[in-house]
Amino acid sequence: MEEPLPERGLIFRAAIGIGLYAMAFGASFGAISVGSGLTVGQTMVLSLVMFTGASQFAFVGVAASGGSPFAAVPAALLLGVRNAFYGVPVSEILHPRGFARLWTAHFVIDETTAMAISQATPQAKRYAFWATGLILFSLWQLGSLAGGLVGRAVNPADIGLDAAAPAVFLALLWPMLRRTEARWVALGGALLALALVPIAPPGVPVVASAIVALVGGLLPTRQVVEQIDDKDAT
Amino acid sequence: MSPLWLSIMIAAVGCYVLKLAGVSLPDSILNHSKVQRVAQFLPIAMLSALVAVELFDGGGSYSLDWRTLAGVAAAVIALLLRRGFLVVFLIAISVTALLRLVT
Repeated sequence: MEEPLPERGLIFRAAIGIGLYAMAFGASFGAISVGSGLTVGQTMVLSLVMFTGASQFAFVGVAASGGSPFAAVPAALLLGVRNAFYGVPVSEILHPRGFARLWTAHFVIDETTAMAISQATPQAKRYAFWATGLILFSLWQLGSLAGGLVGRAVNPADIGLDAAAPAVFLALLWPMLRRTEARWVALGGALLALALVPIAPPGVPVVASAIVALVGGLLPTRQVVEQIDDKDAT
Repeated sequence: MSPLWLSIMIAAVGCYVLKLAGVSLPDSILNHSKVQRVAQFLPIAMLSALVAVELFDGGGSYSLDWRTLAGVAAAVIALLLRRGFLVVFLIAISVTALLRLVT
């Protein structure tokens, strides 16, 4: 028997809020996906099996850019790499063993990780992970399906959906740009991709921008050390 | 199986395997500061590249639909005003749709 959890109601309400946001996000995914030429069935397989927003948007974005659909695979995978790193704090909280790993893994995404690690007690962390994961998963599917059906009924350009994909990517990117070095990485990624547009096959410019992340991440972090030193001195 | 279906399955299962690796690999592999920095920068570089490509790629050459650009510019203003995701999304598509309707 688990002890009663005083913050249960609070966590549950926060999870519902995140779920509703995910439903709207999922609806825009469904509409963009169908507008990109995927069927509603293909859209739902992405939402059910891939189940990680940025990768799904990237997949349909690159798949729509013409050329081979396989060009969209590395873009989706590289954007999914961050979920592997969320596995470290999530494992410390849930200690999944054996088969539990197989189904826990599916729910390791931005929102569940953020909700779990921001709670105070181990019990609250576990509850937050599962409440957020299960609510978000259900509403994400519902939103994707609704968006896909709407997207099928209208001409995407008529309702301005071509502006939706870049706007969604910007909205995802925005909170990551607080630090100066992140802005340089973003600028570098955009410029490299743009430079490759006329010379590389579709999909390659987006995947090639990963090089900027690789170089930026491996560069010595002198600036950060200096800032810490300054703080110590004052 | 069509190439599109096959690429969907590979990408979807691949993303799941990445998550599974995260909860299965020993911490020592992923708990490395350089590796974590690269992982942190990956979505930043790629999302930014996606914005650029969505706006300016006309299938292997540069092209720009100013109505799309106007919609995305309106989305930037909404983001600067700290609006939520749904508002940003709706503003982008309605500005573009309206401009397309009247021009």
